[in-house]
Amino acid sequence: MAIDTTGIVRQTVSRRRASSSRAMNIGLPIVVFFVLVGLFYIAAFYYDKVKGLPFLVPYPHLILKAVFTEPIFQKQLAEALGNTMLVAVVGLVIGVVIGMLWAIIMAQAKWLESALFPYAVVLLCIPILALVPLIGSLFGYEFKSRVIVTVLFCLFPMIASTLFGLQSIDKGQRELFQLQGAGRWTMLTKLRFPAALPSIFVGLRNAAGLAVIGAVVADQFFQRGNGGLGVLISVENQRLNGAEMYAAILTASILGVLVFVLFNVLRRLAIGKWHDQN
Amino acid sequence: MTTTAPASPTRTTPGGTDTLLDFQNVAMQFPNGTIALQGVDLTVKRGEFVTVVGPSGCGKSTLLRIASGLEQASEGTAAVKTDRIGYVFQDATLLPWRTVSDNVELLAELNGRPAKERRAKAQEAIELVGLSGFEKNLPKELSGGMRMRTSLARSLTLDPELFLFDEPFGALDEITRERLNDELLRLFVEKQFAGLFITHSVSEAVYLSTKVIVMSGRPGSIVDTFDVPFPMPRSPEIRFEAEFAKLVGEVSHALREGHR
Repeated sequence: MAIDTTGIVRQTVSRRRASSSRAMNIGLPIVVFFVLVGLFYIAAFYYDKVKGLPFLVPYPHLILKAVFTEPIFQKQLAEALGNTMLVAVVGLVIGVVIGMLWAIIMAQAKWLESALFPYAVVLLCIPILALVPLIGSLFGYEFKSRVIVTVLFCLFPMIASTLFGLQSIDKGQRELFQLQGAGRWTMLTKLRFPAALPSIFVGLRNAAGLAVIGAVVADQFFQRGNGGLGVLISVENQRLNGAEMYAAILTASILGVLVFVLFNVLRRLAIGKWHDQN
Repeated sequence: MTTTAPASPTRTTPGGTDTLLDFQNVAMQFPNGTIALQGVDLTVKRGEFVTVVGPSGCGKSTLLRIASGLEQASEGTAAVKTDRIGYVFQDATLLPWRTVSDNVELLAELNGRPAKERRAKAQEAIELVGLSGFEKNLPKELSGGMRMRTSLARSLTLDPELFLFDEPFGALDEITRERLNDELLRLFVEKQFAGLFITHSVSEAVYLSTKVIVMSGRPGSIVDTFDVPFPMPRSPEIRFEAEFAKLVGEVSHALREGHR
């Protein structure tokens, strides 16, 4: 009986602990959110009344007003968001395909890895922004160049994480396949690729986040054609439309966060059953 | 048919002979100069269960790797006279994304067997190792013993004539290990394969085998061979009989002598 009682007590305590930690995980960020909004109001008040430059830090409610009550701006924002997403998605798809193929080729033989890995590192090391003027002159100042910059942003994480995944095969598993005379293709499709999926999904999530960043950054330099959020931010900045500029910045940020969440959900759907994140 | 040095296992179709594994004067030197095995003569016949005990790093596993074809002996002849070889690794080496039944089907799948046949084969093997009801479970949901059973079932789908075991139960607790020893003996009696089993445990060796081979430390060579007289099928109770204890004592003694 005594054992039973302590068992129940322990269970209740741990349940209470679990629920209190859940409350903390949701509650604390909300508290921080309101603190940040409060600080934002203080800053806005300072720039408005003391500095006399209200467009630099607008009041938060003005940002909401711009988003929800100005039809012309709403249309601009929606178009810019759509264009940015298009650039990010096209760039991400190209980057993922090239990155994974690059890694798969390198994983086939030691000499291929030796030959190709340095160039993957070069990709990581070149300041992409240094290439931007050149990309503009070569490919124009529109969609094509935006996509190229986005690809450059998300290529390396894709290469690195796919390669790491493909190489992290357990020796016993490899020999199990060898003993049945499995060829390169069978080994790749039935062993190495599935085993690499957890690592590939980490790469995908990082690459997707960088694709959004790439698409917005590319807009700053390539302002022709159908501009995205980056173009809208520049334009509203030049027009001293503080609220509209902040709305565009927040939209870009929320897009980044949503992409991160989306790829976490995708990961869980695809491999969550057999692979724990930690 | 055998080959001379450097030797690889030669496979002939089963039938003519009862000797399934025949090692003559096998030696193994690795590229870095380490001599893992020296002058090993070893045969395993149909109906024999041969266990090799020896200190860590004496080349026991290398022996199995040569038999399976994963490594080639640098000297001597290593003949394996069947192409139906089962190999059970130290770890269960299951694919974590596959369910128990999909894992058990893997080898037949790699050998290009039709889906229907391999499914039937897998189901039969799963029942043989007592995993019925766990077909749809993932490896992470199984205990260590159940994972090893899955691994056993996977090899059983090949209908092996020669079954190679590389310390398969070394990582398991005593109770699970003894239970799996009983299961393995039952399978041995039922399936009539030839077994070559590597272990650290002398009592496991004596309990399972028809013959125990003792190896010395590096370079590994055979220092003694013991025939185990207890008839099959064996009851777990023989572990507590005087004769069993005496044989375990003798093997342990030989192991210590060889280690010196």
